[in-house]
Amino acid sequence: MQGNIACAEGALAGGCRFYAGYPITPSSEIMEHMARRLKEVNGYFIQMEDEIASICSVIGASWSGIKAMTATSGPGFTLMLEGIGYAIMTETPCVIVDVQRQGPATGQATRPAQGDVMQARWGASGDYQIIALAPWSVEEMYYLTIEAFNLSEKFRVPTIVLSDEIIAHLKETLTIKEEVIIYEREKDINKPPFLGDGKVSPMPSFGEGANLLITGSTHNEWGVRKAFDPISQEKLTSHLIKKIKNCEEEILKYETYFIDDCDYLIIAFGSVARSALKAIQMLRKENIKVGLFRPVILWPSPIKKIKDLIKEKKIIVCEMNQGQLIEEVKKYKEEIFGLFKTRGEAIYPYEIYNFIKNL
Amino acid sequence: MSEKLYKYLREEVFPTPFCPGCGHGILLQTILRAIDELDIDIKKIVFVSGIGCAAWIPSPHFKADTLHTLHGRPLAFATGIRITRPDLEIMVISGDGDLGAIGGNHLIHTARRNLKIITICVNNSIYGMTGGQVSPTTPKDIITETSPFGNPEEPFDLCALVKSCGAEFVCRYTVFHTKPLKKSIQKAFQINGFSFIDVISPCVTHYGRRNKMPTLYDFYQFIIKNIISYEKAKSLNKEELKNKIIIGEYV
Repeated sequence: MQGNIACAEGALAGGCRFYAGYPITPSSEIMEHMARRLKEVNGYFIQMEDEIASICSVIGASWSGIKAMTATSGPGFTLMLEGIGYAIMTETPCVIVDVQRQGPATGQATRPAQGDVMQARWGASGDYQIIALAPWSVEEMYYLTIEAFNLSEKFRVPTIVLSDEIIAHLKETLTIKEEVIIYEREKDINKPPFLGDGKVSPMPSFGEGANLLITGSTHNEWGVRKAFDPISQEKLTSHLIKKIKNCEEEILKYETYFIDDCDYLIIAFGSVARSALKAIQMLRKENIKVGLFRPVILWPSPIKKIKDLIKEKKIIVCEMNQGQLIEEVKKYKEEIFGLFKTRGEAIYPYEIYNFIKNL
Repeated sequence: MSEKLYKYLREEVFPTPFCPGCGHGILLQTILRAIDELDIDIKKIVFVSGIGCAAWIPSPHFKADTLHTLHGRPLAFATGIRITRPDLEIMVISGDGDLGAIGGNHLIHTARRNLKIITICVNNSIYGMTGGQVSPTTPKDIITETSPFGNPEEPFDLCALVKSCGAEFVCRYTVFHTKPLKKSIQKAFQINGFSFIDVISPCVTHYGRRNKMPTLYDFYQFIIKNIISYEKAKSLNKEELKNKIIIGEYV
């Protein structure tokens, strides 16, 4: 199965019943697949007039009580950030898949990149925490999309799946488990639907008698606009950050390979981590001890989990950009090696192999 | 306001934020009267609004589900609700700048899809909340903060635009025509498609004050002098229609 199709199937398995999108390479197969499949499961599909409209209708559907998603690539993601900011502010669960391609702007539409690491984290205005996941295989694409829905519903935060053109168009076999854990949102029309001081509030839907007051302006726990009140503003931003930060232990996810005896540690995510693992096997044959740390969840960053390891080892960050994730790693040590590539090609195992040999 | 309408309001948020002389309060009341007379359960209506003075008519005043969205995007949000919840009525209430400028693309596409969404365009022909800048419906030569020498551009007739996109029901009234306005809102609930009601509402603070209409009475005189029926307007040329306010049903 192709990565993009695995993403769409994962979304359906995760309970997604609404898709709104706008065509953009290299993500379009997700939308095309959803157009057919959602009908079969009594879901809803619409192709909107642009990416802004897509994310807005996804938010509308989410408040209607339906798990909703959209998929796009870098330039479309830029447009969606307006709605993503609104979803953060109104604590609306929704999933956005960003199949990364070379940028800035139109860039190379059919070529892979990992240039949206920081766009996903900081693209919307204001202060907030967000969740972003980075699959490295077709199988993981499937399960992380399910996970994205669960995290999004549980923490009432827009959740981003940062795919890339390689994973999106890669064909691999995947094993689908018969049973997956699905999180359903809590509903209670008598409790305030916003601002639980770091705790996630229940989220009723339209038409349930909750008299919902939903606004992208600063508001109190019942949604009443507080556009001039400094205390409300402070409470709101602190809540949006705390509800994720307080649960980092639960959210953070990563994998390690050969780190116990390593002298060199590679940090890589997505398709690049595959090349890194291959390079590590090549290097270990020559008795050069290299390990791999792979963030599965990119945001909140799991890098802090290995801060001691970072201080001890020689660290190489490999990414298909000019150095974005490396900034997170540099918080713990000055001297970090970076292997960056923005040629619209994969980082091949031999490139990582040569880089480490020459260190 | 009639006491029987109080049940539809969140009294704790009053007084309204609208300026003296603003027409939005009349519209607020007319919408509620229309709903009350039809005996529709307000809890089965979702009110969606954008950003601007008009967006504050439903949010936070109406005791119902209200979605106060992003500038220009209420119709896109409403589309997501419309498709997934056929059991609910959806009313979008937003301004001329919101629906006609930044949200223009969403307006034409929602009209083309002909989804059952009642859209009330609260048209004061100016950006009120941001301090009185020229809007896409500001008539030619009118003075605003960003057209200090008179608006050099032609205004949009949003009703003609929406009609051409395939909307089912399109009309325009002013807040001084509360009876036909109320009837048109009630008619919109019966329409099985996109309905668009353009409501001319005076902005004395920004529009009137800078254009020799410093009181609501001046504005009222101006509107009454310049209204013309849709039928009658058909026989007039562009020059004769300058500054005229066409009222009635376009479709």
